Amino acid sequence: MTATAITATGLPVELVKLRKAYGSTVAVDGIDLRIAAGSYCCLLGPSGCGKTSTLRMIAGHEDISDGDLLIGDSVMNGEPPARRGTAMMFQSYALFPHLDCTDNVAFSLKMKGVSKEERRRRASEMLELVDMGKYAARLPAQLSGGQQQRVALARALITRPGVLLLDEPLSALDPFLRVRMREELKRLHRELGITFIHVTHSQTEAMALADLAVVMNQGRIEQAGPPRELFNRPRTAFVARFIGGHNVIAGEGGQDAVRADRIRLGDGGADIRVEGTVRALEYHGSSVHLSLDVPGADDFAVILDEARFFDSPLSIGDRVLAGWSRRDTHPLVA
Amino acid sequence: MGGNHTRDTRRGLSFHLLAAFFGLFVLFLYGPIATILVLSFQGPDGGLTFPMNGVSTHWFRNLFEQQAVGDFGGSFRRSIALGLAVMVLTVVFSLLAGFAFRRRFAGSGALFYLAVASLIVPSILVSLGIGLLFNILGLEPTWYGSALGAHLTWTLPFGLLIVFAIFNRFNPAYEEAARDLGAGPWQTVRHVVLPILLPSLIGVGLFGFTLSYDEFARTLMTAGSFNTLPLEIYGMTTNVTTPVLYALGSLTTLFSFTVIGLFLLGLVGLRRRRLRRAATAG
Repeated sequence: MTATAITATGLPVELVKLRKAYGSTVAVDGIDLRIAAGSYCCLLGPSGCGKTSTLRMIAGHEDISDGDLLIGDSVMNGEPPARRGTAMMFQSYALFPHLDCTDNVAFSLKMKGVSKEERRRRASEMLELVDMGKYAARLPAQLSGGQQQRVALARALITRPGVLLLDEPLSALDPFLRVRMREELKRLHRELGITFIHVTHSQTEAMALADLAVVMNQGRIEQAGPPRELFNRPRTAFVARFIGGHNVIAGEGGQDAVRADRIRLGDGGADIRVEGTVRALEYHGSSVHLSLDVPGADDFAVILDEARFFDSPLSIGDRVLAGWSRRDTHPLVA
Repeated sequence: MGGNHTRDTRRGLSFHLLAAFFGLFVLFLYGPIATILVLSFQGPDGGLTFPMNGVSTHWFRNLFEQQAVGDFGGSFRRSIALGLAVMVLTVVFSLLAGFAFRRRFAGSGALFYLAVASLIVPSILVSLGIGLLFNILGLEPTWYGSALGAHLTWTLPFGLLIVFAIFNRFNPAYEEAARDLGAGPWQTVRHVVLPILLPSLIGVGLFGFTLSYDEFARTLMTAGSFNTLPLEIYGMTTNVTTPVLYALGSLTTLFSFTVIGLFLLGLVGLRRRRLRRAATAG
């Protein structure tokens, strides 16, 4: 994909005490967030955490119960979706089943009253951009999931949005295609220079894509920052657990996190040690993942380098000493 | 019943019982039609029952010749006109009601039950009531007035139920996508909702037409001085004693099948056109 035909500039998005309530249920509980123009933001969290409601409020498909939404310099709370400078790619793509790819992509131009030749020309240009030129005459039902997604992207991008909103865009694809489309999204983002806001429940996806990863839980933001910061300095136990690869253990005056790949087995050179029983073993190729039963922690994971593990292999039920350096522990906010 | 593990080769008792039941069902459904079809080719001297006294198309010709027995042509035209009117009104108003019921509004539950409850009122009572009311108001009952209303009491609740099912399966993301792409409310309905629902709406139309076309009880007290086809046929059974009755039955059955066939062809044509347009465009 190249992006010569799209000339748009990314817009910044700011949420100020943004709140969404359905009756007495609060979906989004007054969140504050600044998303810089042209950045790739991933809203991450388990289902029901409020990430989709947040995206839909930004898109204008959900009323804002309280607080403000700023896109560019303007408050957009009551504006219709098409006047916000955003475009949304829906989870199931929502391609119109009765229109072929060209007409799907040209839909927004048709609504604006652009002449037929003009809109067909621009639509086919856009389809070329997403490598779907030769499928221009197909109906959505005649396309694979990945192809439908490209058409949905083209349909969203033809409106020249400053912000592209993606609702779980990769969840309907098989794992192989998911990785490929992930790369293409990233490339597209780099080439277009517009702001991407991407909702996902997969921490891998967020780590791979985001400049700004926002972990949400129960309608609030647990932590927002670059993925590397989230992984190395999770603020809360929830973030540490959700991001994965961490152990949450009782420390001095609260809970601490320690990365599972910083744990060493045996006696040598550790400041802190625990004794546990091997409960499960998984071979992952370059590494081996161990689960230990350790008093005081409900789940204790150890990630070992493959070669190191097989130097002194263990089996289920073995008693082992696990230790780590004090430098690697990181205190968590309750 | 011991046959699950050899499902391919030996079938259990339940299969044979259910197959027999289905066979009986088909026999009861199409047996009478087949009998009438055969008897309508009765020879000129044949009677209302078997045996066949020769084979001819005499009674079909007879049907179009003599007007003394009944006004077959006129009642047929009235039934079609009435059916078409009922079809259009049913599609339009069930669709509009379907749109309204997608949003919960105050009293929507009560209104829905009020509309659907008319389905369980015995049809002859509806007919009688409407006939009486017209009498009391001093209005002349007509097939295009009181009978039309009577038919709608039957087709509208059914149409509403079908439209509910259609909207249940309709993904609202299509409307959101349209809105996202700058379509106004009317543009969304016109360019997205209606084209997607069109095949289902054709089904609602066909349903409304057939319900009206063969409605007897609701027309009985409301048709006024001119009969619809079912009333005419009923009238003929009491005073016609020749196989011309069967010829009429065969012909109207053929017509019903033709109408259904045309609707199905229309649906297939619609799908083809979309595919072809998709294939030739670009």
